[in-house]
Amino acid sequence: MTAPQTSPAARRRPPPDGMVERRGRAYWLTHLGLIIGVAFIFFPIWLAFVASTVSQPEIVRPPMPLLPGDQFFANYREALFSGINAPVALMLLNSGIMAIGIAVGKIVISLLSAFAIVYFNFPLRRLFFWLIFLTLMLPVEVRIVPTYEVAANFGMLNSYSGLIFPLIASATATFLFRQFFMTVPDELAEAARVDGAKPMRFFWDILLPMSRTNIAALFVILFIYGWNQYLWPLLITTDPSMNTIVMGIKQMFPSGDDTANWPVIMATSILAMIPPVIVVISMQRLFIRGLVDSEK
Amino acid sequence: MATLTLENVKKTFGKTEVIHGVDIDVADGEFIVIVGPSGCGKSTLLRMVAGLESVSEGEVRINGARVNEKEPMERDIAMVFQNYALYPHMSVFDNMAYGLKIAKTPKPEIAERVAQAAKMLQLEPYLQRRPRELSGGQRQRVAMGRAIVRKPAVFLFDEPLSNLDAKLRVQMRLEIKQLQRELGVTALYVTHDQVEAMTLADRMIVMNGGRADQIGAPLEVYANPATDFVAGFIGSPPTNFLEASSLGIADGQQSRIGIRPEHMILTARGAGRLDGHVLYTEALGAETLVHVRSSAGDTLTIRQDGAAPTPPEGTDISVAWDETQQMFFDAEGRRS
Repeated sequence: MTAPQTSPAARRRPPPDGMVERRGRAYWLTHLGLIIGVAFIFFPIWLAFVASTVSQPEIVRPPMPLLPGDQFFANYREALFSGINAPVALMLLNSGIMAIGIAVGKIVISLLSAFAIVYFNFPLRRLFFWLIFLTLMLPVEVRIVPTYEVAANFGMLNSYSGLIFPLIASATATFLFRQFFMTVPDELAEAARVDGAKPMRFFWDILLPMSRTNIAALFVILFIYGWNQYLWPLLITTDPSMNTIVMGIKQMFPSGDDTANWPVIMATSILAMIPPVIVVISMQRLFIRGLVDSEK
Repeated sequence: MATLTLENVKKTFGKTEVIHGVDIDVADGEFIVIVGPSGCGKSTLLRMVAGLESVSEGEVRINGARVNEKEPMERDIAMVFQNYALYPHMSVFDNMAYGLKIAKTPKPEIAERVAQAAKMLQLEPYLQRRPRELSGGQRQRVAMGRAIVRKPAVFLFDEPLSNLDAKLRVQMRLEIKQLQRELGVTALYVTHDQVEAMTLADRMIVMNGGRADQIGAPLEVYANPATDFVAGFIGSPPTNFLEASSLGIADGQQSRIGIRPEHMILTARGAGRLDGHVLYTEALGAETLVHVRSSAGDTLTIRQDGAAPTPPEGTDISVAWDETQQMFFDAEGRRS
C-alpha cells in the first residue's frame, strides 16, 4: 500500500479520524503481524501437503520432513484412482453432487418460501414464518434419529436423494431472503402488477435478478456447509461407492494395529480442500461484480 | 381516450374509514389533480383507481364499465410512481418494454413504440443504460415513458415530482402538462403541492380527512373556496383567518372570516380596521410578505408589491381591506 501523492500542505494535515496512518515502522509492523498470522494458519496445510508428497517410511521416521518429496504424482494417482476404500475421484464426485444439491436446493426452497411469506397475505402467515424460524434452533444432530428413520423408510439409504433431501430446508436462507425482499420497495411489485406481471412472473423477471448477489453469497456458504457434512453421510451411506470425501478421510484410518497410509490420506485431505477453495474464489468474483452491477 | 367516474367511493381499513365517499366525473382528456395534506387519503384514492387497493364501497368506472374487480393491467391504466419504481437490473429500453412484453406484443411493434416514446421524452441516447446511471429527471422520464408506451386510457401520477429538486420540478411540471395535452389522455394526478395543483389541473379535487372538500377549476377554487380548509390550503401564503366576533360583525351564522394576504393593505395606525405591529418582513423580490400581530393576538400575513415601502419590524400599523373580499365561514368551516 503506497501513500497517495499529495501536496506538502495536504501532507501536513493530520489523518482523518478513524484512519490509522500507514507509514514508517507501523506499516511494516502491521505487515509483519499479518505474515505471522498467515504462516500460523498455513503451516498445518503445508505439512499436509509435504506429507502427501513423500513416501510412507519418510513420514514415520523422525524428524518429520518440511520440504516436499518426489512422490507427488504416485501418491495422488493412488489416492484418486484406487484410494483405500473407494477411489477419491468417486468420493469427490459424491461430495460435489451432495454439496451442489444441498446448496441449490436450499436456495430454491428458501427463495420460494421467502417469496410466499413476504408477498402473499395468507392466513397464519406469521405463524408459518415463526415455525420456519424456530427450526433454526434445531441442528441436524438433534433430529438425526427421526430423520434417519424417515430416510430409511423412503428407501433413500445409499442414494444421492438420501444425502441431499433431508438437509435441504434452510431457515437461515429463508430468513436472509425474507429480509432482502422486505427491502425491495413495494412500488416495484406494484409497478410490475400494473405492467401485468403475474406473481411468478414478477418473481422470475424482477425479484430473482435483483437477488443474484445474495444468491451468490449464499451459494458459497451453503456449498461449503454441504461439502463439510460429516455425520449425516456417515449414517446414510454404508456402501463405499457412496462415501463422501469428508467422511471418507475418516474411513481411511485403519482399525486396529494396521499402519495408516499417511501419504494417501494427506493427498486426499488436500484434494478435499480444493473444490471449496475454487468455489470461494470464483464466486467471490461474481459476488463483487454483482455488487457493482446492480442497485436496489 | 376515456372517461373516468368515481361514484361514492369509500375505503375502510379494518374498522377505520379513511375515504368517506368521493364522487367525480372526469371527462375525456381532462387533467384532474387531487391535492391535500399527507394522510388525507389522496394516494389511497388514486390506488383504488389503479386497482392496487380494493374499493370498499362505491364504484369506479372507466369508459362507463365497472372496473372494481379488475386487475390493474386489465383496467387500461398506467401509473407513474413517486420513487419511479424502475426495475434496477433492466435497461431503460427493457423497463419501458416490460409491460408490452408481458402483453405479448410483437417485437417490432415494441421497438417502434419504445422508440416513439423515447423520442418524445428525449431519452434516445440512454436506451441501453441502467436506471442508476441516469439523473433524477431522466429516471422520471423513463417512468413516464413506461406509462406512455402502453397507450393507456387513463394516466395515474402519484406525486411524481416530489423526489426532484425545485428547478427540475418546475421544468418537469411543464413537460407533464405538455405531454398530457399532446397525447390527449385522461390524467389523474396526486400531489401535496398546491402550486403543482394550480398549474397542472383542469379541475382539482381538494381532499381533507378522506373527504373531497371541493372540486373545481383551480382559479375557481382559489377565488371561491368552499371551506376554511380549502381557503387555508390553497394559496401561498395561506388565507388569514379572523374571528368574526372580534370585528363585531358576528350574527350567529358567521363565525370566522378569511381574507387573502394580497387583499390586505398596510395603513397608518388608526386608519385601518385592525391595529397591530409588524412582527417581521420577508422580501422575496417581486413581492414582500409582512407578518403582523394584531392587538387581539392574531398573526396575519400581508402580501405587498416588492417595490412598496416596507415598514421596519416593530412599527405600529393598521391593516385595511375591502369588505367585498371577506369570505365568511360558519362554525363547521363551511362558506356562509
